[in-house]
Amino acid sequence: MFEIRIHSRGGQGGVTAARIIALAAIRDGKYATAFPFYGAERRGAPVVSFVRIDDKPVKVYSRIRQPDLVFVLDTGVMDTVDVLHGLKPEGTVVTNSAHRHDFTGFKSYNIDLTGIALKEDLVVAGGPILDTAVVGVLAKLGIITIESARKAIAEMFTDERDIKAADDAFREMVV
Amino acid sequence: MLTVATGNKAVAVAVKQAKPVVVAIYPITPQTEIVEQIAEYVSRGELPARYIDVESEHSAMAACIGASITGVRTFTATSSHGLLYMHEMTNWAAGARLPIVMANVNRAIGPGWNIWAEHTDAMQERDTGWLQVFASTVQEAYDTTLMAFRIAEDNDVLLPVMVNLDGFLLSHDTQPLDTVEPGDFIPPLHLPHAVDPEHPMGYGALTGPDEYFKFRWDIERSMRDSCRVIEATEKEFFQRFGRAYGFTEDYRCDDADVIVVSMGTLGKEAEVAVDALRTEGIKAGSMRLRWFRPFPPLDFSGRDVVVIDRDYAFGSGGVLAQSIRAKNRINVFSVIAGLGGQEVTYDDIAGFVKNRQIGNEYWFGVGNHV
Repeated sequence: MFEIRIHSRGGQGGVTAARIIALAAIRDGKYATAFPFYGAERRGAPVVSFVRIDDKPVKVYSRIRQPDLVFVLDTGVMDTVDVLHGLKPEGTVVTNSAHRHDFTGFKSYNIDLTGIALKEDLVVAGGPILDTAVVGVLAKLGIITIESARKAIAEMFTDERDIKAADDAFREMVV
Repeated sequence: MLTVATGNKAVAVAVKQAKPVVVAIYPITPQTEIVEQIAEYVSRGELPARYIDVESEHSAMAACIGASITGVRTFTATSSHGLLYMHEMTNWAAGARLPIVMANVNRAIGPGWNIWAEHTDAMQERDTGWLQVFASTVQEAYDTTLMAFRIAEDNDVLLPVMVNLDGFLLSHDTQPLDTVEPGDFIPPLHLPHAVDPEHPMGYGALTGPDEYFKFRWDIERSMRDSCRVIEATEKEFFQRFGRAYGFTEDYRCDDADVIVVSMGTLGKEAEVAVDALRTEGIKAGSMRLRWFRPFPPLDFSGRDVVVIDRDYAFGSGGVLAQSIRAKNRINVFSVIAGLGGQEVTYDDIAGFVKNRQIGNEYWFGVGNHV
């Protein structure tokens, strides 16, 4: 089972990203579940969402404690949230940032998803929407296929820019 | 068609396919997505239903009762305090023999104010005459909602059905969902005591003890008959759509020395615990109770029983544990866990099994046996 934890702020698309990833994994022929941890969330507050991908039906409902991959959509949450908590040794951290963040003991990647969202004009209520770009990154990391990622996005959205953002991220992500 | 959906969305899709004529719902966390989705179906013309905006849950159930007595299919959804607020009307719906279907997204009751999963809301409705079923996956929530209409409207039942799903854990979990074309799986509703202006009748009149007593017995008789209808409906669902459920979902129970009994999502987590226990040489099994009303006969054949209640009846005990003790005349290890959305992992459940003390009650996270 591959377990992903996404740290974001309410309104960035972290919860939606988790859902698209789950659908893409299912289009790959796998099983998946996606769920956010809900508290009194509102726009701008730190939000955590989870994805589980497996070759057999996922029966676990408790929260992910030892993720294989952590995705940080707003590095600002790292001031108050320990985003590396429970991350498996040699696990992966991806940050949405133009600058490199090195996390000792983990595979560290960074990519400027905000720049991609702004370039594609994916902005709602003044904030960039990062969900489909996240999906493109996970495809580049080989967790889902880019074909299934495109399919999943097309099933959930009608705006072409959503697929373009995923393609941009897939292309720009350096692994 | 295989896609993904949350538990709430799955219920809404099933409701759309069941084509209720009247829907009256008041939003409440974590059920609101059902309201939003159905309202959208109605506004887009995909569900040709009369959607009634109501000012409270009491009114939601009252509106469903008024609609249902005219012989049309009705649906509502609620949670926690909303369910408690409609309690007077839930009794009326069952007493008036109206096949209303309701989704209840299980949530704790305040104070302390809490929006997370707990079954105590549904348990407080257990004596009303509603059939109660608990789902554990998105697929099951969808399939069960479709079946609920058919079971409720069967002329040997004519009682309302409450489909329960764990707040957030299931209502907001995105999982695979394989939708079906129901076709004529849910036949048209023929309510024998529907209001008919051509043949005026009195409804809700004062009823003397003799007649009242017969009405009560008639509810119980139908509740007992519903067992057969549930079995037949689930069998036909399997024949048509290939998915089978039953009164309980038994997992590795055949050769088990100890059986974990639970409801809702805990039952799936328990299956993972069972697999882990088996690797340690402990022969455990999981029995997930799906239908709580009518309460089915359960066979434990002398094995140890660990009951996890995500609910509590103060001064008495876990409701599921009480029911099993009373119906099976056995002692159990009663675990109270998951109240107010408390995390219960498969490791925790494995711990309950390993540290079981038959005859005792254990409050998880409080730490003392009572």
